[in-house]
Amino acid sequence: MTTGLEVRDLTKHFPVGNGVVRRAQVHAADDVSFTLRPGTITALVGESGSGKSTVGHLIARLQDPTSGQVIFEGRDVATKRSRADIMRYRSQVQMIFQDPFSSLNPVKTVRHHLARPLLLHKLVPRGGIDTAIRELLTTVGLVPPDQIAAKYPHELSGGQRQRVAIARALAVAPTVVVADEPTSMLDVSIRIGILNLMLDLKQERNLAFLYVTHDLASARYVADDVLVMYAGQIVERGPAERVLSEPLHPYTELLLSAVPDPDHTDTGVFEHRKGRSSAAIDPAPGCRFRDRCEIAVERCSHETPALVEVRATHAARCHVRAPSPALREEVHVEPLR
Amino acid sequence: MIATVPGPTDEASVTPETLIEVKNLAVTYGEVRAVDGVDLTIGAGEVLGLAGESGCGKTTVANALMQILKPPARIADGTIRFRGEDITHDSEEALRRFRWRNVSIVFQSAMNALNPVMKVGNQFVDMMRAHERISKRNALKSAGELLEIVGIDERRLSSYPHELSGGMRQRVIIAMALALQPELVIMDEPTTALDVVVQREILQQVRDLQRERGFAVLFITHDLSLLFEFASRIAIMYAGEIVEEAPARELQVRALHPYTEGLLRSFPPLRGPVARMTGIPGTPPDLAHPPKGCRFNPRCSYCSPDRPELYALQTEVRPLLHEAAPDHRVACHLVEAGR
Repeated sequence: MTTGLEVRDLTKHFPVGNGVVRRAQVHAADDVSFTLRPGTITALVGESGSGKSTVGHLIARLQDPTSGQVIFEGRDVATKRSRADIMRYRSQVQMIFQDPFSSLNPVKTVRHHLARPLLLHKLVPRGGIDTAIRELLTTVGLVPPDQIAAKYPHELSGGQRQRVAIARALAVAPTVVVADEPTSMLDVSIRIGILNLMLDLKQERNLAFLYVTHDLASARYVADDVLVMYAGQIVERGPAERVLSEPLHPYTELLLSAVPDPDHTDTGVFEHRKGRSSAAIDPAPGCRFRDRCEIAVERCSHETPALVEVRATHAARCHVRAPSPALREEVHVEPLR
Repeated sequence: MIATVPGPTDEASVTPETLIEVKNLAVTYGEVRAVDGVDLTIGAGEVLGLAGESGCGKTTVANALMQILKPPARIADGTIRFRGEDITHDSEEALRRFRWRNVSIVFQSAMNALNPVMKVGNQFVDMMRAHERISKRNALKSAGELLEIVGIDERRLSSYPHELSGGMRQRVIIAMALALQPELVIMDEPTTALDVVVQREILQQVRDLQRERGFAVLFITHDLSLLFEFASRIAIMYAGEIVEEAPARELQVRALHPYTEGLLRSFPPLRGPVARMTGIPGTPPDLAHPPKGCRFNPRCSYCSPDRPELYALQTEVRPLLHEAAPDHRVACHLVEAGR
């Protein structure tokens, strides 16, 4: 049975600078909560420094959270330490990295990369390894598999290498896959192929994907749900089509208006807004986006907005667009388009 | 510019507005022809977009225009004319004066091109004084004005590069590229390393400046959707050749080359229905052994033995750019045969 994965109030702070008494803390992730459901792709979008990769790393257990829970198969695995527990978790939750040029060992063949997880996790008997590798390579569209298996990474193109990385992740038959910008280093003409592969895999293998990206158009293409992250917080979440066509949060709007769009050839729409992403360093109470926000109200400067559901499953962290029910009457609510 | 080598007096009319005219340019890295027979014209005040995937030769074209190719790369064939004068074989000294003053370049990771141990202002002064007689004070004054134009406080002249964000450093480089009022600014993936919001801000500023000051831009990128918004004309490069060239709007609605069609199918839309997209099968060729005939033929869905005559052309004969519609050139046997 697959139940996906749930994160609750996941928080990660890093010290920065070199203060003597107390060092400043970057709030890379603050109270991040969401669920990855089997057979769906959830896109986690944001700019660099928003904390989206940190969340991916926390889920893959590459880093330990400051606080919060990662619930998998009914148990909190965020702080599990025993080797057996970690082995078990890693066989279920796999990660695909951005750079297929550095995530493969240059002196080992494709076969080695795929055989290793199979042997480590004792998933197939030794005699069955070659068959398993053949199946994996075929699944990710690398044919003929026997020829590909004998190759070294440098003999493959970027897209082929990323497919090997995906095959390696699939080798252990995971239920959850975290893909951190898996296409951003690839040529445009082959990116779609990797996105299509993710779509096929979610369907055929009922995988729960977390797709970490800065590319909103690709998120719309593959994702069922979208999480928008800003300065360590999730500021909007909901069904992909809803979030990207009727955004609630002003930051989502800003991101959308910045995407190159062949159809608005003469913009002038886009305003330069002040304020930078240092909002995640020792944040004061209040909305972290307020300095860049055009609709900020007084409340935004001292009270941190909560993630409030405005429509079914569509929530935002904004006093104006998504006021908490108790306050709804006090704040002027902009009509939704 | 130093005395011109008389070029071939061919039909290509060098109108007064033509800034750069590249004819049959070939650049080799040893045996590999990274750029092979490229023709390109950039008019004064025009924004020409040059799009293609990595390894297609677009950066090599930019470096050839600036004549900053590093060995073993060299111009093996063709001419580059600036305002009608052949600069292909100019002396180093003539080229030194040509660069920055006539044509400047902003590199992809230009934000790493600043000297880390020198204040921003002094880097402007150095660059400007290498090219013209100007006092340090005046150079700093003009540098301050340039920074303000690209949206940076002039007090940043006394900052070191590490005190600026990536986006700010990229703006500094753009300001430097504009300092000597060149007629052409080459921008090679100027915003690829930046976040979308910062990218949008910088591009907007570049376009406003371009309109105000009237310099031409050669904008090189892999992101075609960006060019539709910012370029007036677009040239598509594949495997060292230009395969299609047309006004931006025309290319967007009426792409003719199967490769351009494929590129357009590679960008998921932000609006409208979401349909399964196909991209382009296969990968770009190894330029040490380019396919015979049309270099795109192994990836082209219109190339099949079912049409033997066309197939023979596609796999044997190199297609040349021809005018398929007014102001719309394409190198494709299929288009030439009427599809």
